[in-house]
Amino acid sequence: MNSTDSRYIQGSTGPWEIVIGLEVHCQVLSKAKLFSGASTEFGADPNAQVSFIDAAMPGMLPVINKFCVEQAVRTGLGLKAQINLISVFDRKNYFYPDLPAGYQISQYKSPIVGEGEVLIDLPGGETARIGIERLHLEQDAGKSLHDQHPDHSYVDLNRSGIALMEIVSRPDMRSSEEAAAYLKKLRAIVRYLGTCDGNMDEGSMRADVNVSVRKPGAPLGTRCEIKNVNSVRFVAQAIEFEARRQVDVLESGGAIKQETRLFDSRTGETRSMRSKEEAHDYRYFPDPDLLPLVLEQAWVDRIATSLPELPDEKKSRFVAMGLSAYDALVLVAEKEAADYFEAMLKEGAEPKAAANWLNNEYFGRLNKSGLSIVNGPVPAASNATIVNMVGENIISGKIAKDVLDIVWAEGGEPRSLVESRGLKQVTDASAIERAVDNVIAANPDKVAAAKAKPQLAGWFVGQVMKATGGKANPTVVNAIVKNRLGLPE
Amino acid sequence: MSDPTELTLAEARDAVAAKKISSRELTSAFLKAMEAARPLNAYITETPDRALEMAAASDERIAKGQSRPLEGLPLAIKDLFCTKGVRTTAGSHILHNFVPPYESTVSQNLWNAGAVMLGKTNLDEFAMGSSNETSFFGPVISPWRSKNSNAKLVPGGSSGGSAAATSAGMCLASTATDTGGSIRQPAALTGTVGLKPTYGRCSRWGIVAFASSLDQAGPITRTVRDAAIMLKAMAGVDPKDSTSVDTAVPDYEAGLETGVKGLRIGIPSEYRVDGAPLEIDDLWTRAVGWLKSQGAEIVDISLPHTKYALATYYIVAPAEASSNLARYDGVRYGHRAAGTEDLIDLYEKSRAEGFGAEVRRRILIGTYVLSAGYYDAYYLRAQKVRALIARDFSRAFQACDVLLTPATPGPAFGVGDKTADPVAMYLNDVFTVTVNLAGLPGLSVPAGLTAAGLPLGLQLIGKAFDEATVLRAGRAIELAANFSAKPTAWWRAA
Repeated sequence: MNSTDSRYIQGSTGPWEIVIGLEVHCQVLSKAKLFSGASTEFGADPNAQVSFIDAAMPGMLPVINKFCVEQAVRTGLGLKAQINLISVFDRKNYFYPDLPAGYQISQYKSPIVGEGEVLIDLPGGETARIGIERLHLEQDAGKSLHDQHPDHSYVDLNRSGIALMEIVSRPDMRSSEEAAAYLKKLRAIVRYLGTCDGNMDEGSMRADVNVSVRKPGAPLGTRCEIKNVNSVRFVAQAIEFEARRQVDVLESGGAIKQETRLFDSRTGETRSMRSKEEAHDYRYFPDPDLLPLVLEQAWVDRIATSLPELPDEKKSRFVAMGLSAYDALVLVAEKEAADYFEAMLKEGAEPKAAANWLNNEYFGRLNKSGLSIVNGPVPAASNATIVNMVGENIISGKIAKDVLDIVWAEGGEPRSLVESRGLKQVTDASAIERAVDNVIAANPDKVAAAKAKPQLAGWFVGQVMKATGGKANPTVVNAIVKNRLGLPE
Repeated sequence: MSDPTELTLAEARDAVAAKKISSRELTSAFLKAMEAARPLNAYITETPDRALEMAAASDERIAKGQSRPLEGLPLAIKDLFCTKGVRTTAGSHILHNFVPPYESTVSQNLWNAGAVMLGKTNLDEFAMGSSNETSFFGPVISPWRSKNSNAKLVPGGSSGGSAAATSAGMCLASTATDTGGSIRQPAALTGTVGLKPTYGRCSRWGIVAFASSLDQAGPITRTVRDAAIMLKAMAGVDPKDSTSVDTAVPDYEAGLETGVKGLRIGIPSEYRVDGAPLEIDDLWTRAVGWLKSQGAEIVDISLPHTKYALATYYIVAPAEASSNLARYDGVRYGHRAAGTEDLIDLYEKSRAEGFGAEVRRRILIGTYVLSAGYYDAYYLRAQKVRALIARDFSRAFQACDVLLTPATPGPAFGVGDKTADPVAMYLNDVFTVTVNLAGLPGLSVPAGLTAAGLPLGLQLIGKAFDEATVLRAGRAIELAANFSAKPTAWWRAA
């Protein structure tokens, strides 16, 4: 609890602590649905991907998709969680037009994955451990369309039956920043594992956010659940708004009612959806159409050995290469960025220089152009070559940026570009001396000033660099300028 | 050939194979019998065109020497099995217009074996009932009448249409389903053979679900041999039903005449209930004598949790039904109420209009026992008792190979006699529900007549997946009982 103060909300009666738990629904990356063979591809015409099972036709029976089970186990292993070799599918009963069977097949008392943990990265390089309570498999519902006809609603069942993993955290988060960090980390983990594409825009990942507030040290307060928040930014906004609302209610003498709330992304506010009294009685019971799901330990072990390197391990390895914790964190946040970085290392780039180059130069350009690492125009080999040429003193850092600009705009192989366009760094001392002498001769007033104030030597270095078109080796220029001005090295 | 509708399935098979009769002739005879027997209301939908088409195709195959095990044999299908392109109602208003675009696995297995479909038989609504009086399409009238009486009797239920059709010569054999006795009880009441296989023996895929952990398809036939033939064709693992079991399906017919010498027959004392008609008890005692004289060993058995079975069943089955029937909401298919105001109104009116009183009662019971605060006291406790009932049986089967019990507590009763008292109706299943709760195979064999001339059945209960022994013992009873009574075809005169 180092940065305690910033984690508290200041109310009129003193500080309040926010307590947050997240239930994150991740769409399982799978070609077929959880209990039917229908396709899961995004963006098909309404009701184009619906089997008789998904439409709950009479006499239809669910059959578990083994690949979805494997994906859930893989995710559980990635969360360093208990894998339950026996789990049970239950029916969660309620009526809604986008729920054709009148029940959702889910896992209630016996989920496939038990307790685990996620390490989140906090500003300042600290990490915090967020407990995972469980992960269970369940079916998604369809989608009601209310905007297609003046007096009818339509139902699209393409999503009906798609496999979801619901990942439930412990109420271990204490600020919107921690919740955002948790969500980002969870997203990174499932993307590394290849078990969910993490695409929040398409609804592949959505969060139900549980928020309560309490006086520091007091027992947990009454929580409200904010349903279906679909971006990291909105999760943070919803928590900020909701915590403040709860503090205001409590401080004005009111009490928090346990309820389900909705987040309105246009106003940034949450509003009541239904109270606890209006909550459904889901009448969970084991689905008699499905036998308990029994896994073999050997099968789980085989999945465990096939697990890829995850962000935390990758980050440790990068730090061991000499990267700063911050640089390592930025690189591992997106698997594709880490892969790109490692591709540069394969081309012989020095790790620290490569990381700096990506974080300071290339990622900035990508951001500015609205591109991602996968659709950026410069291959990893080219960036590696540029970094290598700087290391070999063939070009200066400044020229390196120019080379990157050229490769970005026109493509081409960086070494031959440097060669053909005459961008090679000048290290020939006599040529540089001539350039220095010219600048000194042309600026007697500055010479006098520099002798009085040695920092001004930098102005001469800049002039020389300009005169040589940036090709002079800046270290050599610096030494010669100081020598000529009679300044100490 | 005299009257081909009086043939057993085995006899018809042999006659067709020997080209003594064509499938078309056979099928036409049954279609005519069906027409004549319409007063019994055994069929909801007759499919004469399809039947004749299938018969013609069978005759072609027979001519080419490509016969399959049930080639050209006309069957009735309980209207709970989805049949592609043929209306499937489950006996309910809510599905009165439902035409499935798919075929149930069990009926498909029969068509793959060459059988011919005559039509879809009447049943209690969603198979919920013991008299076939809850059907939206009206009650089935038993082909049987008491001596010197014209009173209408029930055929039992829920597979009352299949039982009546099989008994009255409106099909060679029929499919049925059994959740708490719905095959065995109507078979017992109509003098036919009813076999409920082990849970998991036949696929449930494409059968409108009542209570998924109890439902099982099986045949109603005129003889034990016919039941053996039908089961062989219906059974088998199905990748589309996760609860179907991958175990070999033996040739039941082959072992049928092996006899019961050395077989240990268990007699459970708990099936001797107060108030049961003496005729039932006498028949049971007589059957023990038959088996003994054929060399079987008789073992007294106790199944101590039997008395809780009916109560357990009427928690488990409605609980599952309340969930299984939630899909009938008027949104995608089936009956939708007209002129509704909003979504809730649509649900409420469609379901209120679509479901009959008994179905509504069971949905309410099931919803109640699963509700927060009641789940532990009812559903969970029922599951525990269910496990104890299953344990009773597995202990019993350490001491015996097959159990012999009455099939029902009494013979057929009058239409309308028990409709006002649901519990009296539920008591019909007192000897059959235990078998569903334990997932075991049970066979009802006609074994005698009451003084009034109504059929009575005995039940044989076997170990899981040991239908072969059950059928073998059933065959021994059948031989000894020499049951040959048939209903007088009063409907033809009428």
